[in-house]
Amino acid sequence: MSAAAVLPEPPPPKTNYLNVSYGVKSWLLTTDHKRIALLYMASITVMFALGGTFAALIRLELVTPPGDLFQAETYNKLFTLHGVIMVFFFLIPSIPATLGNFLIPLMIGARDLAFPKINLLSWYLFMAGAGFAAWSLINGGVDTGWTFYTPYSTAFSNTHVISAAMGAFIAGFSSILTGLNFIVTIHKMRAPGLTWFRLPLFVWAHYATSIIMILGTPVIAVTLMLVMVERGLHLGIFNPALGGDPVLFQHLFWFYSHPAVYIMILPSMGVISEVVAAMARKRIFGYGIVAMSSLAIAIIGFLVWGHHMFVSGQSVYAGMVFSALSFLVAIPSAIKVFNWTATLYKGSVSYDTPTLYAIGFIGLFTIGGLTGIFLAALGLDVHVHDTYFVVAHFHYIMVGGAIMGYLGGLHFWWPKITGRLYPEAWGRVAALIVFAGFNLTFFPQFILGYMGMPRRYHAYPEEFQVLNVMSSAGASILGLGYLLPFAYLGWSMRYGRAASANPWGAKGLEWQAASPPLTENFEVQPVVREEAYEYAHAPQERAVV
Amino acid sequence: MSEAMAHHAEADRHPALAHHFEGLPEQKEAAGLGMWLFLAQEVMFFGGLFTCYTIYRNLYPAAFAAGSAHLNWKLGAFNTAVLIGSSLTMAMAVHAAAVGKRRQIVAYLLLTVALGSVFLGVKVVEYADKFHHHLVPGEHFRFEGPLARPAQIYFSLYFAMTGLHALHMIIGIPILLTLAVLAHRGRYSADYHAPVELTGLYWHFVDIVWIFLFPLLYLIPTHAPH
Repeated sequence: MSAAAVLPEPPPPKTNYLNVSYGVKSWLLTTDHKRIALLYMASITVMFALGGTFAALIRLELVTPPGDLFQAETYNKLFTLHGVIMVFFFLIPSIPATLGNFLIPLMIGARDLAFPKINLLSWYLFMAGAGFAAWSLINGGVDTGWTFYTPYSTAFSNTHVISAAMGAFIAGFSSILTGLNFIVTIHKMRAPGLTWFRLPLFVWAHYATSIIMILGTPVIAVTLMLVMVERGLHLGIFNPALGGDPVLFQHLFWFYSHPAVYIMILPSMGVISEVVAAMARKRIFGYGIVAMSSLAIAIIGFLVWGHHMFVSGQSVYAGMVFSALSFLVAIPSAIKVFNWTATLYKGSVSYDTPTLYAIGFIGLFTIGGLTGIFLAALGLDVHVHDTYFVVAHFHYIMVGGAIMGYLGGLHFWWPKITGRLYPEAWGRVAALIVFAGFNLTFFPQFILGYMGMPRRYHAYPEEFQVLNVMSSAGASILGLGYLLPFAYLGWSMRYGRAASANPWGAKGLEWQAASPPLTENFEVQPVVREEAYEYAHAPQERAVV
Repeated sequence: MSEAMAHHAEADRHPALAHHFEGLPEQKEAAGLGMWLFLAQEVMFFGGLFTCYTIYRNLYPAAFAAGSAHLNWKLGAFNTAVLIGSSLTMAMAVHAAAVGKRRQIVAYLLLTVALGSVFLGVKVVEYADKFHHHLVPGEHFRFEGPLARPAQIYFSLYFAMTGLHALHMIIGIPILLTLAVLAHRGRYSADYHAPVELTGLYWHFVDIVWIFLFPLLYLIPTHAPH
C-alpha cells in the first residue's frame, strides 16, 4: 500500500461520477453521495453569498456613528437574516453535507452512504427550508434575531416570523437525516480491516457531529413548532402575559443552539486533522485522544447551554454549574490544539493552501476558544453580555474556525472532487487575504465589546468609530478573500490541470480512488492493512502536484 | 469493466438488495440501526414537549388538575386499550412476516390499521367535544374562574402532545396500508421482511408515547388536589 504513491499511476478511467450521465434530471434525481454533495455545495454557496451580502450591509451601516444608511427596523432585519441564513443554511450543513457527504463513503471504502435516497431527501428538505426562508426574506424579512426569542417573536414582531421559523424547522430535519445516515454508514459499511481506531479523524469528527444532529436538532424543531403555533393562534406557552415562561423557551432554544456550535466546529476540526497529518507527513500525535476528544466535545457540549442565560433570570446556582461545565468543554478542545501543534512539530511541513488555512484555524480557534472561557465566567459575562465581545468571540469560532476549515478542506480535496488542480499561488494569496481580513474585521470588535458597545444597534457613540471603521475595512478585505476562491476554483473546474489520484501523496482510502472517483467509488473493494496516517514509511516528499 | 466487477454477483442478488450492500443481512442491520436512531430523535422531539409539560405542571398544579378534569378518562382508557391491541396485532404481523405467511401478514396489518383508525376516531370525538365546550386554546377559549390562563397552557400542551401523537399515527396508517398491498403481492418472505419489522418498531414507539400521555394528561385529578 505504501508503495502505491511511487508507482506510476494508471491512466484515469474514462467514466467517472461527473460524466457518467448528463442532464438536469441526472442531477436532481441522483442518489450518488458525491453528486448530492455537489448539489449541497452549490446551494450553500448561494446562501453564503446571501448571508455575506447582509453582513456587508451591516458593516456599511456601522462605518459612521449615526444610523444614517438604514432605519433601526431595517437594521434589525439585516442582522436577523444574516444570522438565520448563515447559521441554519450555511454553517450547519457546510462541511457535513458537502465534504462529509462526499468523503465519508470514500474514506471508509464504501460504495455510498447507507441510505442514498434519504440522502437525496435531506437535500430536498434543505431546499424546502431555504425556500421558506427566502419567502420570508422576499416578503419583507424578519427582525427577531436568529434566536427567535419569545415573547417578541410570538406576540410583538410585525415581520414574517412563521415562515422564517418554518424554514429553520424543515432544514433541521435535513440535518437530522444527514446525521442518521452518517452514523449508520460509519457503523455498518467500513471496509474489511478498517477498525474503529483506524478511522480517519475526519470520520470520528463527523460521528460526534452526527450524535449532536440527531439528539439536539429535534428539540429546536419542536420548540420552533411551539413558537409558530403560539404566534399563529395567539397562545401563551412562552408569553409571560398569558402565564407562559420565556426563560423556558431560552432553555429549549439553547439546548440545541449551543451544541449547534459544535455541529459547525467539529467537522472543521476533522478537516484540520487530515490536512495537518498529510502536510506534516506524520501520524497525528495522540490519535486515540484526538478521536475521543471529538466525542467528549459532543457529550459535554450538551451540558453547557445555560451559559447563554446568565443574565436571563436563571438561578445563580444553575449559572455556577453551567459555568463550571463550560470550562470543562475547553479541555478536549485544547487537547486537539496541542496535538495538532505537536504533529506539526518537527514534521516536514509543506506550506500549501490547505496548510495555511489549517494553521490559521489553529490560531483563530485558540483565540475564539479562550475568549469563550472569559464568557463562561459568570462575573465577566455579566459585564460583556450582549456586547461586541460576544460577537467577536463567536465569529472567531464560526468564521475563523468553521469557515477556515471548510475552505482548507475544499482546497485539500478539490483535486479529488473535480479531478482538477486549483492554481496554488492564487490559493495561498487568498488564504493570506482571508486571514488578514478576518482579524482586521473581528479583533477590533473584542475591544469594542470590552469598552461596552452593545450588539444589534445601528447607531453608536462617536468614540467607537475608529474601531468600527477598522472592522468594516477588514470586512471588505475578507469579502475579497472569499471572492478569490470563488473565481479561481470555478476557473479550475474547466481550465485547471488534471489531477492525479493522490496529488498530496496523502494516506486514506479516498486517495486510492480515481480523481474524480467512479460512481461506485472503487473498482475493487479496498482492504485496510495499516493504521491511520501511516506516514512513517511513506515518502517524505510529495510525488507530484 | 468496473461495472462488471462491482456487480459480479448480479444474477444471484435479491431484488430488494440495494447496490451498495454486500447482502441482505448487512442491509437489514443498517436499516434497523437507522430506525433506532430515528426513534432516538423522536424521543428528543417529544422530549421538548414533555419538558414543557413538567415545568408548567410544576408551576400550575391546580390549573392542570382542573383542565384534566375536563377530559373523559374513560375514552382515554378505551383508546389506551385499543392502541395496545394494535401493537399486539402489529407484533403478530411481524411474526407472520418472519415465518413467511403471506395471508397472515396482510390480515394482521389490516387489523392494525383498523385499530389505529378506531383510536383516531375516538380522538376526533374528543377534539370535537373540546371545540364544542370552548376548550380549544385561542381566541374562543373559555374557562371559568381564576385559572383560565394556566388552564389554557394545559390545553395548549394537551393539543400539541396528542396532536403530534395523532399525526404520527396518520403518517403510520398509509405506511401500513402500503405494506399490506406489497405483502399481498408477495414481496415479503422469511428472507426479506425488514420493512414490516421496522414499521413495527415505529408503531410500537407511537404506542409507547401514548402510554405516557394518557396518565399525564387524563389522570391528574385522581392524585392531585382539585
